[in-house]
Amino acid sequence: MLKQCEGSHAVAEAVALCRPEVICAYPISPQTHIVEGIGEMVKSGELKNCEFINVESEFAAMSVAIGASAGGARAYTATASQGLLFMAEAVYNASGLGLPIVMTVANRAIGAPINIWNDHSDSLSQRDCGWIQLFAETNQEALDLHIQAFKLAEELSLPIMVCMDGFILTHAYERVDMPTQAQVDAFLPPYEPRQVLDPADPVSIGAMVGPEAFMEVRYLAHAKQMQALERIPQLAEEFKAVFGRDSGGLTHTYCADGVDGNDGAETIVIAMGSVLGTIKDTVDEMRKPENGGHKIGVLGITSFRPFPLEAVRVALANCKRFVVLEKSLAVGIGGIVATNVRMAVTGMGLKGYTVVAGLGGRAITMKSLTGLFDKAGRDELEPLTFLDLDWNVVNNQLEREKLVRRSGPAAEAMLRDIGAVAARNY
Amino acid sequence: MFQVRIHGRGGQGVVTAAEMLSVAAFEEGRHAQAFPSFGSERTGAPVVAFCRIADKEIRLREPIMEPDALIIQDPTLLHQVDVFAGLKKGGYILINTNKTFEQLGLGEFVRDWPPERLCTVSATELSIKHVGRPVPNVPLLGGFAAVSGVIQLASVVTAIRDKFSGKVADGNIAAATEAYNIVRAEMAEAIMGGAHHA
Repeated sequence: MLKQCEGSHAVAEAVALCRPEVICAYPISPQTHIVEGIGEMVKSGELKNCEFINVESEFAAMSVAIGASAGGARAYTATASQGLLFMAEAVYNASGLGLPIVMTVANRAIGAPINIWNDHSDSLSQRDCGWIQLFAETNQEALDLHIQAFKLAEELSLPIMVCMDGFILTHAYERVDMPTQAQVDAFLPPYEPRQVLDPADPVSIGAMVGPEAFMEVRYLAHAKQMQALERIPQLAEEFKAVFGRDSGGLTHTYCADGVDGNDGAETIVIAMGSVLGTIKDTVDEMRKPENGGHKIGVLGITSFRPFPLEAVRVALANCKRFVVLEKSLAVGIGGIVATNVRMAVTGMGLKGYTVVAGLGGRAITMKSLTGLFDKAGRDELEPLTFLDLDWNVVNNQLEREKLVRRSGPAAEAMLRDIGAVAARNY
Repeated sequence: MFQVRIHGRGGQGVVTAAEMLSVAAFEEGRHAQAFPSFGSERTGAPVVAFCRIADKEIRLREPIMEPDALIIQDPTLLHQVDVFAGLKKGGYILINTNKTFEQLGLGEFVRDWPPERLCTVSATELSIKHVGRPVPNVPLLGGFAAVSGVIQLASVVTAIRDKFSGKVADGNIAAATEAYNIVRAEMAEAIMGGAHHA
């Protein structure tokens, strides 16, 4: 049924339709509305056979999810930013133990400086933790990915993060098509655990593993992610058969491959999450003959872990250059997504550009993207670009630090320089 | 695509107004996207929310920097925040006030504007009268339906019923309807040639 609602609300309803049995909740913006929404449904009796547990921290949230999942329950939680970091140790345990927990990460920057706005630093900091990471482009896809995530996680006994842009998606009201309970039940079978803590049939979960087998156990985690690489596109097909729409998969292309009357793309922009929408609008404009008829296309990465090396290679097979636009920064080297993409295209002889954009909620605008892509098309872009960076502010601070030893706290001085009275993003 | 920016203060229902506007547009079968400016909003602090309305899927995620219309829930913001930043020339402006644009010091700014696109309504008074609380956001949506013509009053009423129930819904519907009628009358007067506002 079509409805106009907040992204968080859509996800809460979708998770409820997946019949979770344990929800662990600890509030942190911007995911709070999701667990609040599920909490209301548990309290009202709309969501039955589900225990809603308020915990005292994110570390506890993930620990309770681990216990619940090991006990055979379908477990869900949500977090963001510092909350994800605070639960990091348990996050690794969930995947190491092979427990199919589904967690929404409402993507938000990581401090310091403290910042509640969106970027992808939180999820990407956990890229090697063994969880599958799926990134949603719209609220519809966020909703759909949760339904797919429970199925994939439980098949493979691997936990999954469904990543959606904090505020930009979680707090946006837009149209979604909410599935029926019957549709979700037809797609998602009841949870059949591979391992379960049962007093009647005791097993150990979480034994010490020494050098004799640790590498083999770790390799198994990699092998399962490689299985996920096969299953994710199949699940998207199965999903389409039941729900009638394209959602999920490893990657999405747009104007990239010479179909739909397009003449292919010489430049392909690669990104994850909601910024793909703004990029597509920009590409539509730039492809118009009156705007120069730029041969430009888009590759959206939905599955960041496992990383679809082959799909990226195929998508970039006929282009001349690629631009990875990412809401993350690997301090000291540049891009995170870009590094992964570069691995995929090794030996293909493509020009590649990394663009770090939108950190801490900095708006990514069509105007800035148009200038950026135009420059890329002429191969005039630097290998690493920080989109809309205010160099005056940066250079003032660097100068200050050169002049005096006790230059003071940097962030506060930079805020003073720009005369900020309140946060703004437009 | 029609883009609306709403300015107000924390506690005036700025974000709720944008959300309800999107629901009203959805009720008419259109695509709509509403979102807040995501500040750490506090009661009384300047707050901004956005709403886009279109006939196809809205993919754009940037903040609205060049609005077609502005709803200003609190006129004390006029000289504190650059509420008019990027407003399209001749765009719609609806202000919650019992003063004229001239009295607000905006006469020069809107000199060449089509006068029927410049409207004011005392939405706070209307909400106190009908709802018993100073929350101007919903009556302003009624006024916005009138001045912009982008959504029907009936859709605003549906959005109100979607959000509230009982007496609160009834009061807000009465306030929105009265605001709608006031703005319609203002527009008629402006079109009749009265340089009432400017």
